[in-house]
Amino acid sequence: MTPNLPLVILVGVMVAAGVTLVLERSLTRILIGFVLIGNGVSVLFLVVSGPAGTAPIVGLSDEPMSDPLPQAMVLTAIVITLGVTAFGLALAYRAWQLTGHDDVQDDVEDDLIRRRAEQDETSVTFDEADAALPDEEGSDAPIEHREVHEVPATTVPEALDADHEDELP
Amino acid sequence: MIALLTLHFLAAAGAPVLVRAVGRRAFLVLALAPAASFAWLLPHVGRITDGGAPHEQHVAWIPTIGLDLDFVITPLSGVLALVVTGVGALVLVYCTWYFRPGDTEIWRFSGVLTAFAGSMLGLVLSDNVYVLYIFWELTTVLSFLLIGHNPERRANRRAALNALLVTTFGGLAMLVGLVMLADAAGSPRLQEIVAARPSGTTVTVAIMLILVGAISKSALAPFHFWLPGAMAAPTPVSAYLHAAAMVKAGIFLVALLAPAFADVPGWRAMLVVLGIVTMILGGLRALRQYDVKLLLAYGTVSQLGFLIAMVGAGTRSAAFAGLALVCAHGLFKSTLFLVVGIVDRSVGTRDLRELSGMRQAMPVLFVVTVVAAGSMAGLPPLFGFTAKESGFAAFADLGDDLGWGGWSVLALAGIVVGSILTVAYSARFVWGIFAVKPGAAICMPKQFSPGFQASPVVLAVLTVAAGLAGPWLTPRLMSYAEAMPGGAHEPELTLWHGFSLALALSVVCVVVGLALFWWRKPVASFQHSVADRVRVPDAERIYYVLMRGIDRLSVEVTGLTQRGSLPIYLGVILVVLILVPGTALITAWDDVTVRGADSRIQLAAAVLMGGAAILTVRSRRRLRAVLLVGITGYGTALLFVAHGAPDLALTQILVETFLLVTFVLVLRRLPPFFSDRPFNIARWVRVAIGVATGTAVAGFALVAANARTARPVSDGFAEPAVEYGGGDNIVNVTLVDIRAWDTLGELSVLVVAATGVASLIFLITDRSGRPRRAEPTIGSDPGGNGRWLRSGRPSTDARRSVVFEVVTRLIFHTVMLFSIYLMLVGHNLPGGGFAGGLVAGLALMIRYLAGGRAELDEAAPIDAGMVLGTGLATAALSGLIPTLLGGGVLQSAIVDVHVPVLGTLHLVTSVFFDIGVYLVVIGLALDVLRSLGGGIDHQIEDESDRATVEGATA
Repeated sequence: MTPNLPLVILVGVMVAAGVTLVLERSLTRILIGFVLIGNGVSVLFLVVSGPAGTAPIVGLSDEPMSDPLPQAMVLTAIVITLGVTAFGLALAYRAWQLTGHDDVQDDVEDDLIRRRAEQDETSVTFDEADAALPDEEGSDAPIEHREVHEVPATTVPEALDADHEDELP
Repeated sequence: MIALLTLHFLAAAGAPVLVRAVGRRAFLVLALAPAASFAWLLPHVGRITDGGAPHEQHVAWIPTIGLDLDFVITPLSGVLALVVTGVGALVLVYCTWYFRPGDTEIWRFSGVLTAFAGSMLGLVLSDNVYVLYIFWELTTVLSFLLIGHNPERRANRRAALNALLVTTFGGLAMLVGLVMLADAAGSPRLQEIVAARPSGTTVTVAIMLILVGAISKSALAPFHFWLPGAMAAPTPVSAYLHAAAMVKAGIFLVALLAPAFADVPGWRAMLVVLGIVTMILGGLRALRQYDVKLLLAYGTVSQLGFLIAMVGAGTRSAAFAGLALVCAHGLFKSTLFLVVGIVDRSVGTRDLRELSGMRQAMPVLFVVTVVAAGSMAGLPPLFGFTAKESGFAAFADLGDDLGWGGWSVLALAGIVVGSILTVAYSARFVWGIFAVKPGAAICMPKQFSPGFQASPVVLAVLTVAAGLAGPWLTPRLMSYAEAMPGGAHEPELTLWHGFSLALALSVVCVVVGLALFWWRKPVASFQHSVADRVRVPDAERIYYVLMRGIDRLSVEVTGLTQRGSLPIYLGVILVVLILVPGTALITAWDDVTVRGADSRIQLAAAVLMGGAAILTVRSRRRLRAVLLVGITGYGTALLFVAHGAPDLALTQILVETFLLVTFVLVLRRLPPFFSDRPFNIARWVRVAIGVATGTAVAGFALVAANARTARPVSDGFAEPAVEYGGGDNIVNVTLVDIRAWDTLGELSVLVVAATGVASLIFLITDRSGRPRRAEPTIGSDPGGNGRWLRSGRPSTDARRSVVFEVVTRLIFHTVMLFSIYLMLVGHNLPGGGFAGGLVAGLALMIRYLAGGRAELDEAAPIDAGMVLGTGLATAALSGLIPTLLGGGVLQSAIVDVHVPVLGTLHLVTSVFFDIGVYLVVIGLALDVLRSLGGGIDHQIEDESDRATVEGATA
């Protein structure tokens, strides 16, 4: 099959323009780039779907039809683009509402991890075992933070449970 | 057997409900699952250990990869299954009184413990390496939940995590080993693997990997440190986990493979040496504990070393002794833990320096403890004594059976030293709880229900009975050991062997052990001084260093690769696209031909669109960029028309129009200009990536189109579209019938997107961070009593145009009718649910533009979510209903109905699917208009009101 060169070039231009915009920080630009890429891909499907023809409706004409399958795919793609773009616009508006601009910020958590890496920090999970021993009862939290139902039923004060380990060798 | 496992898991699933209904008595009901399994297993195990054939069950699951539900009762798995279910049932019964009435945590605990018992049963009964692995890891995960029962202590969380990581590490090594072994033996079934006895380097590696799994699960050095931490679990769990479950899994696996693989190089050396080292280390640590529960935990570590050395030695008499010891250990260790639980609950401490004079207070428990601890120490006439004697005898013959010479003496000496320590810490345990100690106040334990001590009493009675029933047990346990070649003597369980070496060693153990206990003060200070001077590498410390290293590595790698910047992520993805498939593109570039434009219109459209795209990138005004991108959209529609795709052109025009207005609705709030972009390198990098990606995509188009030689699959669509789909418009039939699954998925995406839009606007957090709900706007019109052309609400808004409003109202219903028409004819002509829904959405949009959100509410007095939900449900139901009528999912039927006056109606059921599509699209439009239109209007009004008020107060 021989593709249509002007349309191929058009696909290239639209995708190039769209990608350039998508790599920006402004959400509006990203969305416009997204729509551009979407249109470009629609045309791409047109290019590779074969020669033009009559509408793929049975009984309309005896001329050869255009290929209906890529059309069905593109149709869903168009509507999905609508839904996603609307969502992106809501995001952009929300970003503007919260921060006064619609630029995409760097992820705060990722930034935190990067800073930890630079400062050579780790989590405390695997620090050298402290003196406390595991026990099925008791809590690290101060007594007043505990929930009411945990009042010990035994006559022995709970502190005994939590503290007797310090006499271990 | 599958029924037994199902019973366990059903009980586990029902446990929370049961606990809510009857509180802690639920444990009595849950205990029925293992108890029933025990009762069912008992006659089978009896028959099989009398020489009967193994009882098998086989259910095909995924036969192509050898993953089938194979279960079997062999002499070994049967005996272990009895221990698992018997001890499991007694522990569950015991839980009834262990937990305090009204404990709010037991709904989860009871389910997890029952599931744990079921997993352990599945593990010992499985006859397929993959099923074994699944149950193996199930016990790992469930033990994590049980150990972390009280997550409020950091030490508990750490203990649970350690158990999980250590045993999962071993489990993964084991999985690799099992796969290699199954591959070498040509069968995933354990019985067949053991019968095939494959050998070679691969098998040796596989066995070593499996042994890593076994020794990590059974808490052998150097993996032993997770087990004492596991005492964070409630005491009944410890009883079960130490005595019958979890740690016995490793022993089971070694015992299972020993008959076939004990001669694999390294097997005996590794297991016997590690076993003896662990036995001695555990015993020494146990002697230094003050918490009696921790004392028992280290005792278990020691005993596990003993058991592994026995079952791993690979002689007939050692295997026999090993199985007997497994049973004896299951009985006495569970008893002792249960005793600790009762003491802890009735006195409130487990510290042996505070416990004093309990013998008078708890006479029954004292007898039970003496029996169980005596069995642990190996005193006659208890089960532990007969089992340990046979163990001594077996190790005394290692020299003859295996030709180990001097090494066998060393091994025997090792287990004797370990047994001496066992006697010493057993005595320390009994003394620690029950003796009267000078300086400690006599404890006054609380009274408890007699049911509380029923389980330990039953277990202690069994310990005595099994000790006396040695001759009866001998042939039954031998049915497992007979898989090994015969040794220098035929082992037996008996109270009297005559004056043998084993008896002498037993006497030595008891005498020296009691002496160690008697002079415990000097022994303790000696241990202290040795521990202070000799620095042995501590496995736990190495583990922590290792884990910290992994933690650091992950932070470094994450910090390096996860930059958190969207442009960088996208850039990396695109550069990979350019480099990898782009390189392939260049190699595939072969004989590419192209043709010119089909028509002048096409060429003109292409030039216009390309220019608009380039200008979009250069545009600094938001609105300008949106309008320019709109040109490319309408141009695309033009190309669709020229190509012969009227459906696409229609949809594209409608979507483009809707999108344009939506953009404007949001952009009215955003600044008119984009933020300044300096002309720097980053910008040129963006342009470069863009141009390269565009070139690559164009190249793909050229190569892909040229590579296409086959006839398109859709050539065959026309005929079935009419015959089965009942429609002439092939694109529409493709959407609602041939590829309806795609469309259904797309509808879900639309529903999610629409809901996302609404939730982003209507849950308002202003810059102060306080959330508040936006007022509902639906039905807010009190004057809407159906008068045609009447205004939604009196407004003084100067922007309103009466002419626009009235005209809109005049055409609105016509447009809505047209949208329904479009949807219905879509099956045969251009149109369909998407186009119809978009037309209706545009009609609503015009109403909104003419009269604001009140007008919109009047036009569509219904919640958008309702429309979305109804639409999705209609589409899904129209897909499901054919299955009720015996068809496939989403199959359409053609019904011709004769109506007297109108003639014949040609109905295709897929029209209901299209109605669903139609409704979802309207719902999306409504949500977008309400949120980005009405919602933003509302916020603008709010702000101007606030500004007015602030101005007035200022």
